[in-house]
Amino acid sequence: MALGDILIEVSNVAKHFGEGETRVDALRAVDLTVRAGEVIALLGPSGSGKTTLLNIIGCILAPSAGRVVLDGEPVFDGRWLRRDLRRLRLDKIGFIFQAHNLLPFLTAEENVAVVLDLAGLHAEEGRVRARELLDYLEVGHRAKVKPALLSGGEAQRVAIARALANRPRIILADEPTAALDGARAGLVMDLMRKLAVEQEACIVTVTHDEKIFDRFDRLIHLRDGRLADA
Amino acid sequence: MNLALKDIRHGLFRFVLTCFGLGLLMTVVLAMIGIYNGLVSDALAVVKAPAADVWVVEAGTKGPFAEASSIPADTRDAVARMPGVAEAGAVNYQNVEAPHAGRTLRLYVVGYEPGRPGGPQRIAEGRGIGAGHFELVADRKTGLLPGETIRLGRNRFAVVGLVDGAMNSGGDPAVYVTLADAMALQTELDPAAQRVQAARGAVSVKSASVAAVIARMAPGADVDLLTATVRQWKHLAALTQVEQEELLLVSVVDKARRQIGLFLGILLSVSAVVIALIIYTMTMEKLKQIATLKLIGAPDRTIVALIVQQALILGASGWAIGLMLILSVKDYFPRRVVLEPFNVMVLAGIIAAVCLLSSALGVRAAMKVDPATALGS
Repeated sequence: MALGDILIEVSNVAKHFGEGETRVDALRAVDLTVRAGEVIALLGPSGSGKTTLLNIIGCILAPSAGRVVLDGEPVFDGRWLRRDLRRLRLDKIGFIFQAHNLLPFLTAEENVAVVLDLAGLHAEEGRVRARELLDYLEVGHRAKVKPALLSGGEAQRVAIARALANRPRIILADEPTAALDGARAGLVMDLMRKLAVEQEACIVTVTHDEKIFDRFDRLIHLRDGRLADA
Repeated sequence: MNLALKDIRHGLFRFVLTCFGLGLLMTVVLAMIGIYNGLVSDALAVVKAPAADVWVVEAGTKGPFAEASSIPADTRDAVARMPGVAEAGAVNYQNVEAPHAGRTLRLYVVGYEPGRPGGPQRIAEGRGIGAGHFELVADRKTGLLPGETIRLGRNRFAVVGLVDGAMNSGGDPAVYVTLADAMALQTELDPAAQRVQAARGAVSVKSASVAAVIARMAPGADVDLLTATVRQWKHLAALTQVEQEELLLVSVVDKARRQIGLFLGILLSVSAVVIALIIYTMTMEKLKQIATLKLIGAPDRTIVALIVQQALILGASGWAIGLMLILSVKDYFPRRVVLEPFNVMVLAGIIAAVCLLSSALGVRAAMKVDPATALGS
């Protein structure tokens, strides 16, 4: 495990919805490789296949064809090769959402600790780890606060802490800065990059936010389900 | 981390209100169960009170409760002398309305022979009847107190003792008087009516008939043999205690019992639908959070536990609130509300089953949720 390891390998992946006249090809023969420490952006107009690709990498959506290898483990090759995809997500993948999607009935600390609880970590250890992450992300003072009382930036940092809690090597982010102003968006991206490097993880981000394009190692353009440029 | 409890705590006020609403519904269900039990219990109370083995009544009747029965008072002597009979007593039953303390009491007057079967089994307060006339022992629900007097017919009676749970199938509380007083109460006319009868030359004859004779058997004696022997007298019929109880339930309270039973069934069905709706709605409101949980890797058992635990907590809280409410108001009902621990536990079991079934609907909806919906795509 080191920086430079291939963490995401998508080969010849296609995805279509519907059949016959109603068939829509969302992805066509997409190849993508992402290494540890890399922070990449998926760009493209609406309907270009960005979210579909993100969902396939997140093991939420099955491709119609192709092969997906995550952190060295083949997970799809014409069919899912693992039945416990949720466990796979829990162990290997962290998600950051546009609307942070924190559980409203848990405090900031509990929102982070819940992932560790699901992973089987002892409650006290989980709480300590959650607190460390929140402190690191400078929202430790809001640990006992429910999401409804957090500002947009605070909530997003808690969401990042949750995505990183179980030390996943693949972090998928869907418009993570859409709700933030330019300065705060840049800070969040810098923070994500720093954590990715520290955890030897990669980050794949779907974004339209031009203000943060300079924060990415690569910009992957998708158009009509194909990689247009890399 | 118990997500169900965390979620409940988050929306505690709303959850408590929901539980309270369900609790009120459970109060009604428990009240109906109690009323149903009370009806049966009240109906049987008057039959069980004398602790008889055999009831001797008028031939061709289902007396003295389902139908009127009148037999000669000296039948008691004949029955008492029969083989196997330990003791026998004549009894009389009638309803009267008596003014007392500015209101009218509807009373069920039981006439019996003190020292013989037919009287109250246990005096709760005061003493039993000691004088030959004008004393009575009343059920506590009459509101009468020892030392008070009440006018029954033409005579004033002193309340000397109280009993509990003595009433007829209509729920009218009982008063016990001597058989002689009861027979007088039944036959004595008021003075004006007496004068009319005297004017038309009618001779006033005091009735010497009673409603029934009850017998207690000696240990080891054959009840069936006694009933068969009594039936050989053409003017008498004999019923065992069990037959008398069955007769009362079938003839007297059957319709009311079925009516309440059916209503109880409807009420339970409505409760089941309400519980199902509440739980389903609670789940549907959490679909986005469930999708998030799925996306971050929560296994199905975590999501099922979230829904099922909340459903069971809701049901248990509703049941507990309902039980507390009915226990605190049951004594204000005009008729007895009898809640047996068995009934209460059976209702708990039914609610638990309903909650589990209802949560199955929610679980089904939750299992169908696509984790991708958490991404907002």
